Amino acid sequence: MTLIEISSNLLYLAFFAYLIATFVFGGAVKGNKKGSFNSEQRWGKVAITITVIGFLANIGYFFTRWIVSGHAPLSNMFEFTTAFGMTLVGGFIILYYLYKTPVLGMVVLPVALLIIAYASMFPSEVSPLIPALQTNWLAIHVSTVVIAEGILAMSAAAGLIYLLKVVDLSKKSKQRFWLEGILYFLVLVVGFVISSSYFTLTNYENTFQYVNKDDQEATIIYNMPPIFGMNESVSLTENAMTPLVETPALVDASKLTTVTWSLLIGTILYVLIRLITRRRIAQLIQPLMKNVNLQLMDEINYRAVIIGFPLFTLGALVFAMIWAQITWSRFWGWDPKEVWALVTWLFYAAYLHLRLGKGWQGEKSAWLGVIGFAIIMFNLIVVNLIIAGLHSYA
Amino acid sequence: MENVQCQCGHTNPPGTKLCESCGRSLTEKDQNSKLVDMRYEGTARRSQTYNKSIIDKIWNFFSSVKVGVSIIVILLVAAAIGTILPQQAFVPASTEATIQAYYADTYGSVGRVYHALGFHDLYSSFWFIALVGMLAISLVIASLDRFVPLYKSLKNQRVLRHPSFMDKQRIYGSGPGAEDTLEKAETKLKELKYNVRTDKNGLLAEKGRFSRWGPYVNHIGLIIFLFGVMLRMIPGFYIDESLWLREGETRAIPEVPGYYLENKNFKLETYTGEGEDARFEEAIDRVGTVVKNYQTDIVLYQEPEDSLPGATDNLEVIQEYPIRVNQPLKFDGYAVYQMDYKLNELKAMTFALTNKETEESLGELTIDLINPVDTYELEGGSTVELLGYYPDFSGFEDGEPQTATPLPNNPGFLVELTTPETPAGETSFITIQNTVEPLGENQFKLTFQNADTRNVSGLTVRKDSTLPILGIGGLIFMIGVAQGMYFNHRRFWIQQKADGTILLAGHTNKNWFGLKKDLDRVVDSAKLPAYTDQQDEIDKAEKAEKEGEVSS
Repeated sequence: MTLIEISSNLLYLAFFAYLIATFVFGGAVKGNKKGSFNSEQRWGKVAITITVIGFLANIGYFFTRWIVSGHAPLSNMFEFTTAFGMTLVGGFIILYYLYKTPVLGMVVLPVALLIIAYASMFPSEVSPLIPALQTNWLAIHVSTVVIAEGILAMSAAAGLIYLLKVVDLSKKSKQRFWLEGILYFLVLVVGFVISSSYFTLTNYENTFQYVNKDDQEATIIYNMPPIFGMNESVSLTENAMTPLVETPALVDASKLTTVTWSLLIGTILYVLIRLITRRRIAQLIQPLMKNVNLQLMDEINYRAVIIGFPLFTLGALVFAMIWAQITWSRFWGWDPKEVWALVTWLFYAAYLHLRLGKGWQGEKSAWLGVIGFAIIMFNLIVVNLIIAGLHSYA
Repeated sequence: MENVQCQCGHTNPPGTKLCESCGRSLTEKDQNSKLVDMRYEGTARRSQTYNKSIIDKIWNFFSSVKVGVSIIVILLVAAAIGTILPQQAFVPASTEATIQAYYADTYGSVGRVYHALGFHDLYSSFWFIALVGMLAISLVIASLDRFVPLYKSLKNQRVLRHPSFMDKQRIYGSGPGAEDTLEKAETKLKELKYNVRTDKNGLLAEKGRFSRWGPYVNHIGLIIFLFGVMLRMIPGFYIDESLWLREGETRAIPEVPGYYLENKNFKLETYTGEGEDARFEEAIDRVGTVVKNYQTDIVLYQEPEDSLPGATDNLEVIQEYPIRVNQPLKFDGYAVYQMDYKLNELKAMTFALTNKETEESLGELTIDLINPVDTYELEGGSTVELLGYYPDFSGFEDGEPQTATPLPNNPGFLVELTTPETPAGETSFITIQNTVEPLGENQFKLTFQNADTRNVSGLTVRKDSTLPILGIGGLIFMIGVAQGMYFNHRRFWIQQKADGTILLAGHTNKNWFGLKKDLDRVVDSAKLPAYTDQQDEIDKAEKAEKEGEVSS
């Protein structure tokens, strides 16, 4: 086995460890038939051991890849997103040893799994660095950001648990709607992973020639059956499906197709869950929250922000500005990625003022924590893939 | 408004909630509440006291947390809107009209609306800058409104407080004590690194007061940062120029008096996928070529001090340096960055003067495309005269050839060819692969032989004297954040009444768990009476009440 093969096998190992640990944590917090939680800590210990083994494998993946490529593996969508999954789990492990909270594992690990699965949909071969990235600031800036985001995500996880416990699911309310909305979104990510893995495994490929927005001819390869076609597209692959709808040049129909497939598969999956169980997903999870200490979740929510916020400031603004000054000759240029780092920072500044100045604790704080994570994910997915700028990696 | 007189005789400024001297509650509301509101020590904040004049109203507006957070949220949303479509700086159009047309053509009606609302230049729009300005004002006013009274109050703290202040603290306990209780408590508290002050029958132990200044320190950092950003509008603080430098060319650096730069060589290297780069082979196969290096080898010159301005004949070499991305050339507070390039720009073109029929050559001439000369004498008595040169020929307008730019992208030449056979001269207009004979059929023509090319490097010249100020602002911000977030201000008040009863109260601005841990150790070693967390008691009572409602 070459080192790079060892590296990717370690990532697989981490993935499966997290998968198993999720279920063990789920079992731990479920309580026994009598409704008591005597064995929660014992099963929690088993689960955290599996998680730590997975995490060590994950770190092994990271550093072996670093050795192979010669640079910190934080330089494209696959590497950054995988690292984010890793810091998420790292953040959870620290919290587990501080507060003994198995329920947090049951929420964080599946999200980390989804993020790593999402990452592996991007090209994962070791790639060379363009000149702008050839500096130690790559490792310094990006690793600080990814650690900060992993910690801030803990605030969202604690917030989500808080909400799953306190939101009354028996009555129609805005809270119930949005809580289910969050869970529906997670199912959509599963839809994305399923659809892209299926079409990748079956080697689907369909090449089109089209006219781009600058009136130039170009070709594009679809890896999913074309629901939407590019502007004036002509298929170059024989016996392939023709697009159902043609779009104007402005729209990237290939990405729109991917989004549509994910929505489609994800929604089917969600409807199936609802039909089979006859319950909202939140209702399925809520029984697992019985033994949750709300005050502790609120505390974790806040602690995560007061550690994550200064770290985020340092990584995403201070180090980012220093590097931008060296590479692009200006520390700030209103590039979309820069703007979204500022948006995230302003959001957490607002969170802190509301919590410390206006007494927004408990449920309000929990919602804010979850929204903060949504902004981070928006920055990761939409800003990288749809809003083009200097930071477009993929 | 009038000063407030406390029972203890102390005169407090108007708006005070807790007596500055003894801590008694001064308003009826506070007197009736179970716990005292300790935020800002119950001092009189200007914003909570006056609301008459226009200045009061402005002050109150900006000192409100609600207003501050609203400004933050509006800024956040506005900043996000600016990323929906690219800003004008990233758009391939330069004039007002072409920019507007670009948004309309590329993004349709969405683009038209976006442009009409001014979102294409959102971050330098008047209202966006005004919002940042309001945030700055809010930072200053909100901080002053809280900091000044808080500082005064903490500085003039009395050791002895009235029992009604003590028993309204969240942490409170009372009970019998021994003769040496206070002394033992003092020793233990000092051991725990508290500053202890005693007065008659009481003590005040305090730790981490500086953490209370954290928020104000980080706000000062932000203000310094914003001030630094503003400074760049003042001439001299900030320079941003671009310089296109051809290989072999020496030019004065714009806005940097006395300095010259020569481009000796520009190179662009790509990853080969072989040798060292073999590990990247798969990635290179997928995406095509990946650039490894952009580099301009330069020589930096300086004019000697006594030379005439503009004289370039006796420049002194200061240094030779390869400018690369991430490795700008730095000198004398300036920096020159590798930002752009153009490969293979035409440098010179060589033509042969030939007879159209016999294809016999009468000699060759080379035209420098940057500084062409007017007349070219060939051996054998022929002359080529350059009547007009159009470096970037773009077509005819009213019969006159036009050039789009001064760059030799598509050179056009209007020439007069004189040979011994045609002494009157023939006129010809030549562009790449095309010859026009405007004044009738000619006997001779210029035949293209070859062209010389060279690379052009796009450099950015930058000076930013505000950077140290921004750095200091950022540093102060980070210090303030750490100071306010990772340290707590803890206080204990202990008093022994004449009958030996000990009164004990504690307060912290956050992390009550840590405070209780400290107190437990003191209680242990000094045999203090047991204490309760009165907030917990209130919460429990409320919860019991709620559950009672549900079950009944």
